[in-house]
Amino acid sequence: MPVRLNLTRRTVMAGAAALGLLSAVPATAQEDPIKIGLVAALSGQSAKSGEAITRGIMLALDKINGEGGVLGRQLELVSRDDESNPGKGLVAARELVQREGVAALIGGLDTPVSLAIVPFANEAKVPFVGPWAAGTPITKNGAEENYVFRVSAVDEIVDEAITEYLVTKYGAKKPGMILINNPWGESNEKGLLKALEARGMEHAGIEKFESNDVDVVPQLTRLKENGADGLFMVANVAPSAQVVKSLDKMGWDVPIASHWGPAGGRFTELAGVSGEKVHFIQTFLFTDPEHPLFVKLQEMFPEIETLADVTPATGIANAYDSVLLLAAAIEAAGSTEGPAIREAMYGISGVEGVIKTYDTPFTPDNQDALGPNDYLFSQFVDGQIIPLAD
Amino acid sequence: MTLFVTALVTGLGLGAMYGLIALGFQITYSVCSRVNFAQGSMVMLGAVLGYVLTQRAGLPVIVAYPLALVGCALMGMLVELLLVRPFAVRGSEAWLMATVAGGILLDNAVMFTFGNEPRSLPSPLVGQTWQIFGTGVYPQQLLIPLVAVGLAVGLHVLFRRTRQGRALLAVVQNPEAARLMGINTTAMISGSFALSAVLAGVAGLLIAPLFSVHSDMGTLFGIKAFAVAILGGMTSASGVMIAGFIYGLVEALVTTYLGSSYTYIVVFALLIAVLAVRPNGLFGTAALRKV
Repeated sequence: MPVRLNLTRRTVMAGAAALGLLSAVPATAQEDPIKIGLVAALSGQSAKSGEAITRGIMLALDKINGEGGVLGRQLELVSRDDESNPGKGLVAARELVQREGVAALIGGLDTPVSLAIVPFANEAKVPFVGPWAAGTPITKNGAEENYVFRVSAVDEIVDEAITEYLVTKYGAKKPGMILINNPWGESNEKGLLKALEARGMEHAGIEKFESNDVDVVPQLTRLKENGADGLFMVANVAPSAQVVKSLDKMGWDVPIASHWGPAGGRFTELAGVSGEKVHFIQTFLFTDPEHPLFVKLQEMFPEIETLADVTPATGIANAYDSVLLLAAAIEAAGSTEGPAIREAMYGISGVEGVIKTYDTPFTPDNQDALGPNDYLFSQFVDGQIIPLAD
Repeated sequence: MTLFVTALVTGLGLGAMYGLIALGFQITYSVCSRVNFAQGSMVMLGAVLGYVLTQRAGLPVIVAYPLALVGCALMGMLVELLLVRPFAVRGSEAWLMATVAGGILLDNAVMFTFGNEPRSLPSPLVGQTWQIFGTGVYPQQLLIPLVAVGLAVGLHVLFRRTRQGRALLAVVQNPEAARLMGINTTAMISGSFALSAVLAGVAGLLIAPLFSVHSDMGTLFGIKAFAVAILGGMTSASGVMIAGFIYGLVEALVTTYLGSSYTYIVVFALLIAVLAVRPNGLFGTAALRKV
């Protein structure tokens, strides 16, 4: 991302002063860029998600900076890799706020990492916007002054949506759950139980598995023996693929309604063609190569040749809209101070994102910008995510 | 019935895998009382080299897999040369941490060079399933115990019937005397680390088509295999192999009958209980201390 530099005497002086005082210089000089910090998985199994979020942010920065920036200043991205590790994520968030002086934080795919950052963000009074991690307690964190916002799916709402899907589309009466054994899995266990309870339905069991489990047949066999007529799956791409492979081995053809884990990578390469049978939710999909944002994406990242190269379009779109909303709030706040930005987040209106136009997307009671009407069911076909035909 | 057969098939397949990797611990431990704690990374290395050589370099399996194993052998020797020997000659136990660090280093180096996305290593043996007593298995799953037991038997023959094998045993029994008899002790130890890494590499190549290839795929295997090696008694090859099967079966049975939430709690509690009763493992013998 090229950041325009106006080499006036003032910037040179400011630069010299910054060098001298290192990070002690407050970011008040009008020419200094406003820094936005990203803490996401840039390596490891979920690296594709970090790449997608970065691309979305870059697209938004390009648009905003091209139109003159925010408060007359350019926006700049500072990224840190959390390696999907909550401890590393928290350290990175601290470093971004305390050393880099970022005005706001953007999170990544992993719910456990985001949950680790939430208390810090609230304490440091720095807005933390989640473009991916869907864990319900990330935004519903019980803080009196909640600095955590989200432009993404929310487990509780996703669970309601995938339950409705299995019931209406497949007439499921006793679905089973196969969930990854981490806080994300737990968050969905609660949500799914709530959704089933609301319908007075029973379940065929709740099975957990580890992200490095090779064989999930024992867990799935338990669900099958208990009479499961549909499966809820919650796991990232590689473990989700292990579930599909195990189902294949068992020869068990059962409808699967999944959270969006499979979208995070090369799902059908890992899971084989049976991966196409998994139906999962997304918040956004590119279906038309002429889509203006897709054209822009190809311009900025020439390695993107076809729609299939942007497998997690969700991450790009959510991150893009997150930055637009943040920028609107900073502009309205007239300040890069956390409390001012937070107040301004509640007053946002008429921001045209790629997912939708946001009018009052946030209230103190609902810090989630997207709801059930913004979800789409989709599946992989030939390595590409496409919306499901009704 | 289906539940039981499923647990049996899963348990035997995974158990063979744990046993195979644990044999690597057993070999080096027998020869020089030291192990390569980067064994899990050697599993990953075998799979990653297999993937790169077949899928990226386009080599046929018959050429690529032996090459991948040669790569593992060289890495095993490198580990011994750089991470074990410098500490061992000074009587330090720091090789313990050094090999752990070496594994982390290797995992990260692979992440940067191979890429950070899990990939799939195809095999003709996972194309279709065979039905056995109402449960399906990939032929690849059955291949694992066959190869593992075959290798364990092969190692036994190697040790007992060949000149190099006997020399290795001589080193085990009395390194000083072996050296005086003209046996190259250093080379024997180096060779044992190479062999150990090759076994892990074989495990990696076998498991990859059932799993996915990524830089941290071996970590959990390495830990479980070490538990298996301890359970088997460290010094007995057949003991370690049997311990592998027991571990795999218990793991699968607990998951099947009690549910996955209990797997690790029950398995590791059992492991501790067994070691409390038999501190030298199920099949190990107490080391004789001559005064």
